[in-house]
Order: sequence, then structure tokens, then C-alpha cells
Amino acid sequence: MQPFAYHKVRDAETAIAHGARDPQTIFLAGGTDLVQLLEDGISRPQGVVDISALPFDAIATTIDGLRIGALAKLADVADHAEIRARYPAIAAALGETASPMVRNMATMGGNLLQRTRCLYFRDGVSPCNKRAPGSGCSARLGHDAQAALFGASEACVATHPSDLAVALLALDAEVLVVGPSGERSIPLDRLHRLPGETPWIESDLEPGEVITAIFVPREAAGRAQAYAKLRHRASFEWPLVSAAVSLALVEGTIEDARIALGAVAHKPWRAETAERLLIGRRIDDALAREAGEAATDGARPIAENAAKIPLMARIVTRALQDCARQQAGDPS
Amino acid sequence: MSETTTGGAARPSASSSASDALPGAAHEVRLVVNGEVHTLAVDPRATLLDTLRDRLGLTGAKKGCAHGSCGACTILVDGRRAVSCLMLAAACDGREITTIEGLATNGALHPVQQAFVDQDAFQCGYCTPGQIMSVAGLLAEGRARDDAAVRDELSGNICRCGAYPNILAAVRQVSGIEPTPAEIGADARLRDAAGGA
Amino acid sequence: MNAIGSPISRVDGPAKVTGAATYAADFAIANLAHAALVQASVPAGRIAAIDTRAAEAAPGVLAVMTHENTRRLPWHPRDPRPGVDPKSGERLHPLEDDLVRYDGQPVAMVVATSEVEARAAAELVRVSYAPTAARTRFDPAYGHEPSAATAKAGRPGDTARGDPEDAFTRSEVTVDVPFVQPREQHVAMEPHATIAAWDDEGGLTLYDKSQWVDNVRTEIGLAFGIDEKRIRVISPFVGGAFGSGLRTWPHVAMAALAAERVGRPVRLALTRRALFTNTGYRPRTESRIRLGADRDGTLSSIVHEAIGQTSTYEEYAETTLTPTRQLYACENVATHYRLVDMNVNTPSPMRGPGAATGQLFLETAMDELAQALGMDPLDLRLKNLAERDPDSGKPWSSKALRACYEQAAERFGWADRPRDDAARTVGHERIGSGMASAFYPAHRSKARASVTLYANGGAMVQAATSDMGPGTYTALSQVAADALGLPLEQVRVEIGDTALPQAPAHGGSITMATLGNAVANACSRLREDLGVENGGDLVAALGGRDSHRAEGSSSPGKEAQDYESAAFGAIFAEVRVDPELGTVRVARLVGGYDVGRVVNPKLARSQCIGGMVQGIGMALTEEALFDERLGRVMNANLAEYLAPVCADVGALEAFFVESDDRIFNPLGVKGLAEIALCGVAAAIVNAVHDATGLRLHRVPVTPERIVMAQAARGG
Ligand SMILES: Cc1cc2nc3c(=O)[nH]c(=O)nc-3n(C[C@H](O)[C@H](O)[C@H](O)COP(=O)(O)OP(=O)(O)OC[C@H]3O[C@@H](n4cnc5c(N)ncnc54)[C@H](O)[C@@H]3O)c2cc1C
Ligand code: SF4
Ligand code: FES
Ligand code: FES
Repeated sequence: MQPFAYHKVRDAETAIAHGARDPQTIFLAGGTDLVQLLEDGISRPQGVVDISALPFDAIATTIDGLRIGALAKLADVADHAEIRARYPAIAAALGETASPMVRNMATMGGNLLQRTRCLYFRDGVSPCNKRAPGSGCSARLGHDAQAALFGASEACVATHPSDLAVALLALDAEVLVVGPSGERSIPLDRLHRLPGETPWIESDLEPGEVITAIFVPREAAGRAQAYAKLRHRASFEWPLVSAAVSLALVEGTIEDARIALGAVAHKPWRAETAERLLIGRRIDDALAREAGEAATDGARPIAENAAKIPLMARIVTRALQDCARQQAGDPS
Repeated sequence: MSETTTGGAARPSASSSASDALPGAAHEVRLVVNGEVHTLAVDPRATLLDTLRDRLGLTGAKKGCAHGSCGACTILVDGRRAVSCLMLAAACDGREITTIEGLATNGALHPVQQAFVDQDAFQCGYCTPGQIMSVAGLLAEGRARDDAAVRDELSGNICRCGAYPNILAAVRQVSGIEPTPAEIGADARLRDAAGGA
Repeated sequence: MNAIGSPISRVDGPAKVTGAATYAADFAIANLAHAALVQASVPAGRIAAIDTRAAEAAPGVLAVMTHENTRRLPWHPRDPRPGVDPKSGERLHPLEDDLVRYDGQPVAMVVATSEVEARAAAELVRVSYAPTAARTRFDPAYGHEPSAATAKAGRPGDTARGDPEDAFTRSEVTVDVPFVQPREQHVAMEPHATIAAWDDEGGLTLYDKSQWVDNVRTEIGLAFGIDEKRIRVISPFVGGAFGSGLRTWPHVAMAALAAERVGRPVRLALTRRALFTNTGYRPRTESRIRLGADRDGTLSSIVHEAIGQTSTYEEYAETTLTPTRQLYACENVATHYRLVDMNVNTPSPMRGPGAATGQLFLETAMDELAQALGMDPLDLRLKNLAERDPDSGKPWSSKALRACYEQAAERFGWADRPRDDAARTVGHERIGSGMASAFYPAHRSKARASVTLYANGGAMVQAATSDMGPGTYTALSQVAADALGLPLEQVRVEIGDTALPQAPAHGGSITMATLGNAVANACSRLREDLGVENGGDLVAALGGRDSHRAEGSSSPGKEAQDYESAAFGAIFAEVRVDPELGTVRVARLVGGYDVGRVVNPKLARSQCIGGMVQGIGMALTEEALFDERLGRVMNANLAEYLAPVCADVGALEAFFVESDDRIFNPLGVKGLAEIALCGVAAAIVNAVHDATGLRLHRVPVTPERIVMAQAARGG
């Protein structure tokens, strides 16, 4: 960990000013990803701006939806009665995130901006275009089951590991930010970028922009929704693959569907073919399987990740089956 | 509450007049650890874990990974479980911290500590301070609903010696949750093995 | 008095639950400086240049040590080598030359006033390499026979009894099973750490994580060319080791070198990543086993080939094939063991070294044979139970394996296990059951121990052994309490210090059979000295003296020639497999063990369930991912090297069958650390087959491997 200046800020303006002035500055929220990256010398900022005291941790219901402060702790969001009752996909995704200790520390904004778990990125020495631009991508030909199935580039095949982001994408959430040029909102789908030629640029945020909140539209609360995650251990592990689904049902017929896939691309990934297939139909076991298969449309295996394709299909099926059970009024 | 001031170990690389602005400048924090107030100048890079261990001599919290992935460094911060290896000490100004050293009162073991001894919920003992703090936090947070919940809640604390079934038994001893049917056989036999103890 | 056999709580429990127990890195030493390693980032080559200027200029730095500026230690050879060391090759002499033998090897070390400064400066050391061709692929074609020295140490290249090849071709039923056990890491929760402090007279104190303080002292004495009497090694608590603390690793010498250089005590705590390449691991081993049997299940032939990995600089070999030769009665048995030298750090013993790997191969193959025969896997084991050691023909000093099979099967409910589809299916999951045998040879070694009786009625037991978790403190207290007729509370035990009477390695499950007897012997000496019969008043016999100390010893006797000794067990597993998602969860394990006399059933059970948990890891989650192009372990951390967590572990039951082996040693114990891991993974893999019909010839059994196996099967 190289020396850095530590600044604790009490208002967003100061944070923005720090960030805009010096791109070598990085924000610290819960620190659960950043401290790992500092510890391993992967992130070497000149300055660390501690934003944890900014007043962005409230969880509030408004007439048009739910506003979750970017600094709200994962544990508090997962426990929130309204979220558990009306946005269960979020609570489920958070419930399966990390450990209770990490959930007590980690924030919503930090979770969305956590960096990849690509082993070659995290080891601090292997060739990696994301960590050391131009050094090459070790994962491409490595035996790394993590590699992306969608949207990968020659330069980088890393995946985004967040559980939360997948649930939020399925609920059509937006990210509210404030920065040097004021406030704006970014649809979750556009927050993260594909790696392209510049895998080190991971989000749509400008220097100095701070995430203030996550907005989930009210419409999402009325949907059948589920989150399903597959991992090797029974707990405490990032997803091997995961899926979140939300279905707008009118008398049992699917009017609209959103399916998001986790750990298969540089960003949470929409399975649009599968979504389209669901429209106008009634959810049952056969359709859940059909949609699962369709979710693999366009998936391209790289390295040793081919097994993730069938697993992804099945995890989508599981999430849909879960919705079907809710629909049938069977809570189990 | 007593106050101690510890200075020194962090050496600012620049003059202290620019204290908060230059890389490496030491940062002053006030920590309340096990009820005792410490004011100390820390290297901004220092984690809370290293600060507790190397500066305050509280070596009960252990380092197993320094990446949040083992739980050996678990402590309570403002009453909630946290992994101290992923906290910068500089960011902990004003926080109330409880470590394993702060759990026993007047020499008497805390009920969770006693349950760990009674149930043999450890072997080497290295993960144990973290496990105990995690259990204390879990109970305080009211999450000890049933075996399945406890298993998941304790999964951030790795025990390579594999004491998990006994840790679960320790949680039952203090929380009063009933073993699920699958466990009952194993438990009854443990009681046989333990001579009805 | 009956302390032995009682389920007493750990005597060191209060220290461990309050954080008072001091592990190596916990010692508060005045004026302590800190060291950090710079590790090679190529698997083979030479250091072309090393630029330390930026590191030297970094804040807090006291020294940057490289092969260019570090003194050459004499490294006097050790003869004979201790059992824990490879039998040929030469240990790493850190910072001695420019040769890179594996990725992760230390190539420089920074010493600074704080750990954070040392590590920051280590990031600034620039090393350039002239890489050379590296052998980073495990290629069986490179397999070579073990050296004569290794063969002599019980790891022979080729062995045969009877005519196994011929018998195999004539067998009525045969199976031919390949299998891969990947590299596995100990990942004890305590990272290895050493604090080195020199005194003004040139004496050295080491606070180290070690399973064998005497070995550290001897080795560092030879490395530095100083009389070992001037070295003291202190290691009162060991945060798990499972074999990683048996050898004296290079970082111990490095800590002493650093302390010498800066003239201050130095702590070198290895990072989790560095542990993967600066201590040992269970070597990758590939196997092919052919079993032949008569229709009635009688084994007619076993031919077992295994190839393990070792480094280019040391020949580490395992007793992988010992169980194959000794577990079952079979007249025709051949074993073939080979080693592949690779640009990796040297493997080392890890719980159940060799045997656990060998039994994974053997016991999964036995399951396949049972299937081929249409026979119950338990019946197949019973059919081939070896009443004598089939290899030497000697009798067992004790063997209650049949009782293990029968009682464990009974408690598990093996006869009533779910077999038809309806009974097997619970929601998305299918229930599967499997079993395996467990076997681990029992040995004992030489040791001394002392006991001191004080006028206040207290007694102190002292020996330079250690306690990495099984409960040495407690068990030795129990032995002494009974032998002296004192209440347990009056006995204290001091271990983990070379100032105490010499002891062998705390490993190989020998501690109780060795040390326990030495302590018992010291206690009888004390009685003799004081002229007190059993039951008499020892304290009165002190006759006004403050204390009396007696030394005792223990060493193997003629029984070692006349008998074979081993611990045995039978393990049954129930798994829940979700065939669509490929997840396997272990719902239940039941293990019945014959480990001789059980000194403390509470602690013994803990050891056994601990072995079961590690067996779950071996079967389902653990694998060091090795990138052959880079020669690098990629998941060298605890987030991606997956040791089982609490949620992975179902109901575990371990019990001990009636057993007391007074032929093997006076205390009647056989040792139980290693046996607890043996057979567990095989039972789980066999249960996965029972649930799914899939034979996976490789662990860990992961969701990816299950779905790929389904695809290969066509469904
Ligand atoms: C052991 C372990 C296991 C984990 N397992 C999982 C898992 O299973 N699933 C999962 O999804 N995650 C997992 N995580 C990741 C964890 O959820 C993230 O580390 C955490 O959510 C990050 O939040 P933070 O507040 O700690 O962020 P920090 O570490 O403080 O910051 C992370 C990044 O986000 C930026 N940032 C933070 N907040 C803002 C903001 N408001 N505006 C702008 N930028 C900001 C920071 O500058 C930094 O770049 C795990 C983490 C650990 C340590
Ligand atoms: S996939 Fe991306 S992060 Fe991983 S090694 Fe390649 S460039 Fe680096
Ligand atoms: S040391 Fe903090 S979680 Fe491992
Ligand atoms: S008791 Fe050893 S790691 Fe838990």
C-alpha cells in the first residue's frame, strides 16, 4: 500500500471538488473492496476521500418508488421491511452477498462499483489489461471459469461480480449521481461498460461524480420477482452464475419481463431473447425451462467457462420457477 | 473511561503543518476500544486490525487473510460485526470498538465464551476470537432463528479446524434454539460420548 | 482417578476464548521491526537486475536485502535428515543466488519500522528476470522413479506381491479407474510468522509457528553455523497447521537474517498469498487403479499406479500407495509410484499425507468394483477385510475395523438408505449414500518429558512438543493427573519451547503414543524417586522439599518389529445433489473409528469432525488453480481457495469403537489426527454417484464438473 493522503469529507461538494481536481483520488465508502485493492497494491491513489459521513444513507419510499441511499449498508437494506416485502429480489440478492460482517460495512454504491474478481487482475502481477493497460489479458486463454460469456473483448474477458446489480437491473433501477456538472440519473444498464479496448474504464461515472442513491421504480414492487444464485460453497462466495427476474403479470399473463444475468459479462446482462419469449404467455415449468435455454442466446464460451452456459440456463429457470410458485401462492 | 494518548509510530513524510493533505501524513483519531478512549496518530494506510494489534497491543483479533475473507479479525464496531482488516483506522474516528478482550467482565467469561469452552467449539483457537465476536454480534442482532440461519450467519468465519458443529452447539447453548431433526442423532451421540455431560 | 477417558473441556480453552493465547505474531517485543517479501514473478530463470533504490528511499525502511547484499549462510547439511524433510535434493537457501526455481520464491526482503511500510517498499523493488524454460505442466510422461533414499523411506517406485498382472487378466470382474487429486493447500487460519531476536551474546530467540520447535532449533543452528544451544524457539500456541508446521521453512532463516542485518528484533509474517508458495501443500497426484475380483467379491488383483508432483530442487514423495498394499486382503498387488519434477515450491505433508490421497483413489475404485459386482459396497469391504497385515504378514497389534463398519453402518442406517426414486427425491434434490474405509498406519517415536511435583500439591509437565489444536495440553494433563493421582486442576502443562525436554514432531498422529507415554514414564519415575506406591501421598513424600523433578522417556520397542499397527475407521456419507445445478451438499457423515484408547472423547470427537470438514473440502471445494503458462497458483487467497464454511457442513457424527492397544504402547492409544481425513472424500464422491449415476474421476466435484459429466453422458 503506497502512501496516500486521507481526507474525510462532510459534504458532497468537497468530495466532488477533490475528485474533479485530481483523478488520482479515489472515494472510500465502506472500504470493503477498496482496502483489498490498496492492500495488494492494485489501486495506488494519491488521495483517499472518505465519503462515509455524507448524508446519503436513508432508505425512503416516495410516490414513484423507492430511494435507497448510496451509503446505506447492505445489511440495513436487506433487513428493511418494505424492501423485504415489496422488492424481495433485492433483499434476496443482498442476503446472499458476502458475509454478515461485510454486509454491515459495505454500501450500496460501493457494491455496484466493486471491481472484478478476475484472478489475474487480483493477483497483482499477471499480465492484465485492466490493471496494467497494454500488458495483455491472461484470463483469455487461462483456465478461468469466471470468464465472460457475453460482451467480452480481445482485451478483457472479466465479469462483474455483484449480486445486487443483477437484482437492480431486473427491477429497472436507476443510479442517481451528483458531480461537477450537477445531478443526473443513469439507468442501471448504462452504469457499467463493456470492456472494449479500455477495460480499465468500468463505469459511466465522470471524475468527481458521487453516487447519491439508487432509485427503484414503484412499478417494480408490483412484479413477481426472484433472485437465484449458484456458487460452490453453500455460502460466502461470489456467484458462479446468478439470475434475477421480474415479471409484470396481468391475470397470470406475462405483460413484461426482465431477466438479468450475473457473473457472465463485464456488467449485469439482460437476457432479451428470453424476455421476449415470455411476453403474452403464462408462467409454468415448461416455459421456465424454455426461457432458461433462451437466456443462453448469444453466449460465447471462452477459456474453461463452457459449463456456465447450461448452468446459466438452469439458474434462470430456477428464478422463473420461483416466480411461478409465488404466482401460485405457494411461499415455499 | 480512561484516556490514553499514543503517538509516534506513523512517521509523516511531510511536515505536519500540511497534515491532512499530503500523501503519508499521519492522521489523528480517537478510538473508544473496550470502553477506553485512545487518541492516536495513525498512518492513513494502517488498518484498524493492525492498529489494534500493533499499536494498542490487543492481539486477540487475528489476521488470517487481510481481505475480509476469513473472519478471524471480527470485532464489533458500534455494536455491529465488522472485519477490522478492511477498515482503515483513520476512518474510525469516534467509533466504539469491542474486541474479544472486552467481552469478559470482571474475569468472568461471557456466556458465549463459556459456551465455546463447554461445547469444545474450537481446536487451535485461532479463528475463535472472531467466531465469538461473530456469535455475540449475531445474537445482538437477533438473527439466531434456527440452525440454518445460524449456519449461514456464521459462514463468514472460517474454521479450518472444522469446529462448525460444535460452534453451532455453542450458539444453541446461549440462544436456546432447538436442534433441527437431522442434528438430533449426532447430538445425542455426542452426549453419550461425553458421558452424559 | 480417571481423568483419562473423561470428556474434559480443554484446559487451554479459557486462554483461547479470551484472546489471551499468544500465537507467533502476537508476541509483544520491544523495538520490533517488520519484514516483507518480494516474490519472483516467473517460474524459472535468473534475476537479471534488481533495483532497490526506490524501496531504500521509502519511509521507514531499514534495509532492502537481496542476493547481492545478503551474507551466505553455511547451511551445514543435516544428517540424518528428519522424517519431515524430503530425502533428496536441497532445501531453498533464500537470497543466496540469482536462480529462480518457481513463481513466488522470495527474491528480496524489505525491513522497515512498521509492516505497512515494509510492504509498501517491497512493492517498489524492481526485479527483471532472464526467464528460462520452465516445467509447469503436470505431465505424467516425465514421471520418474523415486530415488533410493526415498524408496528406503517407505515410498518405493515399484512393489509387487503375487502375480497381479496375470491375476488381473484372469479376474472374473474388473474395473480400471483413473483419478486426479489436485494440489490442495493447508490454509490453516494462522499464517506462518516468525519473530527473530538476537541477544548481545549472539544467542537467538525465535517465536515461530511450528509443530516441532526442536527441529527449527537444529535447522537454524546448522544454517547459521551456530551451536543450537544458543537458539531458543518458542511456540506455545499454533493456529492450526495440518502439516505445514513440520518443516522449517526458508522464511524462518530470513527473519533471523533480517534481525541480524538491522540489529533489531524482526517479525516476518507471511501474507496469505505468500503462504501458498512459501510453505507446502498436498501435491497433485494422478492415479490409475485396476481391481480384479472373483464373482463373490474376493479381490484377486490390485494394480495401482500413482504419480505425484514435486519441485525441481527437492524430492518430496508420499506414502500414497501404502493403503493399497495394506488395507485389503489380496494376494496379488502391485504398486507403481512416480514423481514429476516441476517449477513449483516443494510440497509437504498435509493431514493424512499420501494415505488420504491414496484412499480417495482406492475407495472410489472399490465403489466401482462393488457396482460392477452388483454387491453392496459394505459387503465388499467386509469380504476383503485383512485379518493380518497383508503386506508383511505380521499380525495387527489391534484391529477393530469390523466393529467400525458394523456400528457405523447401524448408526447411519445404511441398510435402510433410500434407494428407489421416490425415496431419493426431495424437491430439486436427490439423496445419495456412500461409504469408505479409513486407515492410517500408527507409529511412535522417541521423546522425553519431565514432571515436577511441588509442595503445594501442584505438578508441572514439560516437553518441547506442541498443540496445533488436537489438545496436547489437555491430554497430557489427563495422563499426568492419573499417573500422579492428582486432580486435573493441579496439573499444568508447558510445551512449545526448546528449553523443555526434547520431543519429536507433533504430526503423523504420533503425539499421544509417544509423548503420552513419556509423561506417564516421567510420572512413574517421580513415584520411584519418592518411593511412593500408587495411591500413596506424593506430596508428603517430598518431606519438606519445595519440589521434585523427574524425567521420563518413551521409545518404540520390539512391538514395532513383531506387529503392524494402524488406526482404522469406516465412514458413511449422505449427500443431497441438485442434478440441475450440480450442487452437492453433505447432509450427514457418520464415522466409526478404532483409534486405540481415547484419552478425551470430547476432544477426540472434535478432531474427527474437523477431519470430516476437511474431507468435505477435499471432495467438493478445494483446489489450488495452477496456471501452467505462468506457473502460478491463481487463487492464492481465502476468497477463491474454498475452504468449507459453516453452511457447507451438515450433521456430523463421530464415535469410537471399543479399543485399547497395549501391545502398541503402554497407554494403549493409536493416534487419530490423520485417520479423521482418510476416506471422507471417497465416501462423499461415492454418495454423489449413488445420487446421480455419475462417476467423476476428479475432485473437487463441482457444479461445472457435474454438468459436463452429464453432457458427456448425454443427458
Ligand atoms: C470477503 C468478501 C466477500 C464478498 N462477497 C460478495 C458477494 O458474494 N457478492 C457481491 O455482490 N459482493 C461481494 N463482496 C463485495 C462487497 O459487496 C463490496 O466490496 C462492497 O459492496 C463494496 O462497498 P463498499 O462500500 O465497501 O465500497 P468501497 O470499497 O468503499 O468502494 C468500492 C468502490 O466504489 C467506489 N464508491 C463507493 N461508494 C461510492 C459512491 N457513493 N460514489 C462513487 N463511488 C463510490 C469507491 O471509490 C471504490 O472504487 C464481497 C466482499 C468481500 C470483502
Ligand atoms: S479478463 Fe480483464 S481483468 Fe482479467 S486478466 Fe484479462 S484484462 Fe485483466
Ligand atoms: S483477516 Fe480480516 S477477514 Fe481475514
Ligand atoms: S479452531 Fe482452528 S481454525 Fe477454528
